Formats: sequence, C-alpha cells, structure tokens
Amino acid sequence: MTLLNHQGEIIEVDAADSVRSLETFGAEGGSQVYIEAGEDIETLADHLASIEIVALNFPAFTDGRAYSSASILRRTYDYAGQIRAVGDVRVDQLEQMVRCGFDAFDLADGQDVMLAAEKLAGFTYSYQSTIDRDPVFRVRG
Amino acid sequence: MYIYDEYDQQMVDERVTQYRDQTTRFLAGQLPAEEFQHLRLRNGLYIQRLAPMLRIAVPYGMLSSRQLRKLAHITREYDRGYCHFTTRQNVQLNWPILEQVPDILEELASVEMHAIQTSGNCIRNTTSDQFAGVARDEVEDPRPWCELIRQWSTFHPEFNWLPRKFKIAVTAAEHDRAAVQVHDIGVRLYKDNGDTRFEILVGGGLGRTPVIAPVIKRGLEPEHLLTYLDAVLRVYNRYGRRDNKYKARIKILVRAMGPDVFAEKVEMEWQVIKGGAGTLTGGEVERVSRHFTAPDYATLPDHTPGVDDLISDTSGFGDWLQQNVAPHRIAGYSIVTIALKATAVAPGDVTDEQLEVLADLADKYSFGEVRVTHEQNVTLADVPKQKLRDLWQALVDTGMATPNLGLLTDIICCPGGDYCSLANAKSIPVAEAIQRKFDDLAVLQDLGALDINISGCMNACGHHHVGNIGILGVDKKGEEFYQVSIGGSGYEDASLAKILGPSFAQDEIPEIVQKLVDVHLEHREDEETFIDTYRRIGIDPYKEAVYAA
Repeated sequence: MTLLNHQGEIIEVDAADSVRSLETFGAEGGSQVYIEAGEDIETLADHLASIEIVALNFPAFTDGRAYSSASILRRTYDYAGQIRAVGDVRVDQLEQMVRCGFDAFDLADGQDVMLAAEKLAGFTYSYQSTIDRDPVFRVRG
Repeated sequence: MYIYDEYDQQMVDERVTQYRDQTTRFLAGQLPAEEFQHLRLRNGLYIQRLAPMLRIAVPYGMLSSRQLRKLAHITREYDRGYCHFTTRQNVQLNWPILEQVPDILEELASVEMHAIQTSGNCIRNTTSDQFAGVARDEVEDPRPWCELIRQWSTFHPEFNWLPRKFKIAVTAAEHDRAAVQVHDIGVRLYKDNGDTRFEILVGGGLGRTPVIAPVIKRGLEPEHLLTYLDAVLRVYNRYGRRDNKYKARIKILVRAMGPDVFAEKVEMEWQVIKGGAGTLTGGEVERVSRHFTAPDYATLPDHTPGVDDLISDTSGFGDWLQQNVAPHRIAGYSIVTIALKATAVAPGDVTDEQLEVLADLADKYSFGEVRVTHEQNVTLADVPKQKLRDLWQALVDTGMATPNLGLLTDIICCPGGDYCSLANAKSIPVAEAIQRKFDDLAVLQDLGALDINISGCMNACGHHHVGNIGILGVDKKGEEFYQVSIGGSGYEDASLAKILGPSFAQDEIPEIVQKLVDVHLEHREDEETFIDTYRRIGIDPYKEAVYAA
C-alpha cells in the first residue's frame, strides 16, 4: 500500500504490515497499534518505547479527536516513532495533521496524492505552539 | 487598536490564497460539496435561505474608519448596499455570490480583516466589552488579552474540528457588558494586590440548553493564559460528545463531568504544557499592549456647558444625551453609542452610506475608531463632550440618532426567517411590530432599562434566554408561533429567563409585551427596573396578566 510522509514523499509499505487493534495489542503486544478516535492514548504510555507505528483513525474528516491524541503522543510522551493518519484523511487537512505531529498519511479513497504532497505545507507561520513549530510570538522576538 | 505586522498580514494573505484554491477546486468538481461546506464555513460562508451569507470577523468589535469604508465598498460592489451587525460583534453580508467570496476576502485582507473561523465547529471570534479602555469601572484594558486569544485561536491545528462551535468572551469591568457567564469560556480579568489575574468560567451558553457558566479556575497568571486555554480545549476536543449535535457544546460536558472533575482534568493536561513554548513572553504582551494605549486626549474641563446642563432636557438632543451617552474615564470626554434600532429597519442593519458616515464621524470625533456592540449597536468611545451636539446633528441627518439605547425598543434580534435557513420563524417583523406599538419616547424613558431579545429558533442568536423579555420563534405544525419568557439577564447578575406558558401568534406579541409592561408599572417601587420588579414579585402576576381569560 501507498502512504505519503510528512515531507511529501510517497512510501510503499507492505499491506500485510497492518497495525493491531488496541485490544490485540493489549493481549499480544507488538510494535504497531491502531487507535480508534475516542480511545485514550494514555493506555499506550508504558509501551511507547517499543512501538514503531501508532495509527490514529479519523472516522470522519470532521472528527478532530486524533489531533489531540497525536499532540499528546509527541509532547507529553516524547514519542518519536511514526504517527500514521488513517481513515477519512483528506488533502485539505494534512497541514493541520503535520502540525500536530503526524508524519505518515494513508489517504482516504479518491484523494489525489500529488495534490496532497503539495498541500502538506500551508501557512508560513504559526500563532500557536505546535509540534512542528514555535508560536510566531517567539519568532517575532 | 491592533495593527497587523508582516506576520499577521502574511497569515491572512495566505488564507485568501488557500480559500481561493478551495473554491476553484469546488467549482471544478474536484472538492465534494460535503467537504467544501466545512471549509467554506471556516471562512464564514453559509448557504442560506435566499443566498449565501458571509460573516466577517470583527475582533472584539473594533473597527477603524478605513475598515468601515472598505465594508461600505464591499456592500456596494458585492452585495446590495447594506450589511448587518451581529450579536457577536461581527458583520454579515446577506447577498454575496459564492464565486466572488475569495475576492471579498482579498479586499478584507487589504484592510487587515478576514472571515476566519466565523462559523463551523471551531473557535469563533473573541468578544469583549464595547467600552474596553474607556470604561470607568474597568480594572485594566482587556483588549490586549483579546488580541492574544484571537491570535492563539486563529488556525489552531488541534482545535479546528471540535465537537461544536466554541465562543470566548473577555471582560475586565465590574459591569459585565460581554456576557461572559453565557459563553463556552468566559475570561474575567481582575487585580490581586495590583497583579493581573484571570478567573476562567467554562461551560456557559444559550441555545437549546441555557447554562450559566461555573468558575473552574481563579488566580491564573497572565503568562499562562494561552496554555490554560489549550488545556481546556484539549479536554473538550477529546471528551465532548460527537454523537448528538444538540449535546455537543462544552456546557454539556462540564455538566456531565461536574465542574470539579472537569477542572481537575484540565489541570492535569495543563501541568504538562504549562511553562512550555506556548507560555506568553513579557515582550509579546508588551508588544500587543502597545496597540491599545490611550489615544492623544486633549485636556478638557469636565463640566461642559450645553451638555451637562441638558442631560435632563427633553429636547431631542437632551433625550439622546440621557440615553445614548455614557461617562468616560477621561474628563471632558464621553462614550457615545449609536442605536441601530430605528423603527422599520432590521435591528443592526446599516447601509453603505451609513457605514461611510460612521467612518467620517469616527475620524472627526473619536480618533478614527468604532466598536460594534453585542446589542447590535455601534459605539464611538472617545467623543469630546464639546462635540456631542455636532455629532448628534450629523446622526439626526442620517437617521442614526434614535435615542432608545437600552430601552424597550432597542431590541436585540437575529436575522430570523427572513434570511436564515435555520430559523423556525421570522424575528425582524416581530421587532418592528413592538417598536411601532411603543412609539412614545416619554413612555419608554419612564419604563427605563428593558432588554427585549428575539431569536427565530432554538439556536438563540438573539440571546432570548438573557432578555428581560425573551421571544423565541417556534414552529407548530408549519405555523410560526412565539414563546415568551421573562426575567433573563446577560450582565454580571446573569439569569436565565423563564417561559411564561403557551406560545402566541405573531400579531399577539405587541399586546403581550404591553401586558407585561403594565404588570411592571403596577408593581414597581421607586426606581425599580423591569428585572428588579420581576425578581421581587416572581413570575405569577405576569402569567396571570397574560393568560387571564
């Protein structure tokens, strides 16, 4: 299967290389886990050192819970592995995902990968402190 | 007022480019309508009953004369020569064309304006006290904090897809003119031994389930304001209900968790980010505050002949002075509020020419700035008392001198069924019928302060829950009816209005208002206002008067 990374590169991954549900992960462990929106990311806290991929699902593009989950993974837990956006992942929201710490995107059906690569970068500055950037008030000096 | 620097300007310019591209892709069929809907909403564009509606942000109500002239130009070039001031201090165009919206946004960006996040399930325009910086009862100017919140909330990537819309209001005065207790977050600025501190209220609101917000934090130090807001929003974004849009506002979450548990959860999130990169720097607070320093006031005598001796005069000028002019913290100056509530004009509507007159008057008499109020009026905050008569004359000449500020006919009213596709019933004609019935200024003055709020549906844009008399349009088997409540207040003594009983037909409403007013006149003691009397005697006498056979 084809993914886009946060630098706009297309990466091929093994489709069999699928991520495990939180339940399976809980029972068997592993290096990958799939988190549904609404599942507490905190449950992974003790396992993050051995996890390589956390896939966060967007059940609908209007459901913003995964943005907080990603931010918490990066900021609260300093998680350094891959955070993959899966589900209803659309081109016009990729920039927001990058800013919250996502670095791999499994685009929804029908999304244009070339356009997606273009839309990863959006605004030059950020008013907020986000995962990828300091707020502009720290840039202003 | 706040002036953009290169960073702010680049931000709105890039937004115009982004939205132009999204519109182009939508029109080319490359962006599905159900997706574009959410993107256009975040640029203020609704598709309404008769045409699209564009809501333009007016951060905490501040507009410069240059911006007013641009709005006049936009209403002329892209709309039908008028616009509407809203109950959230914003401006709405009623007839824009979808294809032209990117051009409108570009025009707005050229005068440091935008329509960012004026609708959609995201953080909306921050509102505040229209008397900020000039009020006598203020502990500190709240606008620098409003601007810092505006910037923090603009394009916040974590909170652009919330369970529901999110509104923040800020006050720093004893008299709460910003209705902070009925917002998703109310920020109350106060002084603790001379130090600025914030009290944070969370989970107030109107709509279907009106709630007065509980306080969840006191003593918040200014540098931590934004990280604390981050923590509140994060708890809401994660745990707010998404299964039912009528239960999705933060007030439902706070109530379900209980304010104490909610506050604890926020505290836990906050401890992680507190002190991090989102912590405000002294330099930034100072930079933003510099935009809100006092203008170049003249040294004027406090007593002004021809003004102070006319306050109780019943000439047209005297009436207006008494009603529409408030004391200013600087000697010799006044705060003037222009009531956009002339009978037979939709409350809050202004024409392109009136916008230009307002711009000229602002330049001539009030340092080139105006404020939009959440009562849908316009304030000139810094008028020398010596110039009040000239200003009044200019307002008379342009139909903007209605001396009814705060009186029964200063009705707060949503656009209703005439424009809005959500409405169950019309609201503008109801306001007009009431204004026509109460056309005697002496009677209105005798009645004193009385807020009537009219909403065309449960969404409560007319804030009917906090009206002394609240009127709500309801649909009964396809017919428009109106439910009447009394006893609401949106100020520091906030209370929610109680429903009187069964609803009424549209043509009955003026008479119902008359009956309510008659009860007040019969029972009032001394200088009691409508709400005072109601609070003393309770709802029953009003019910009896209205429903007696």
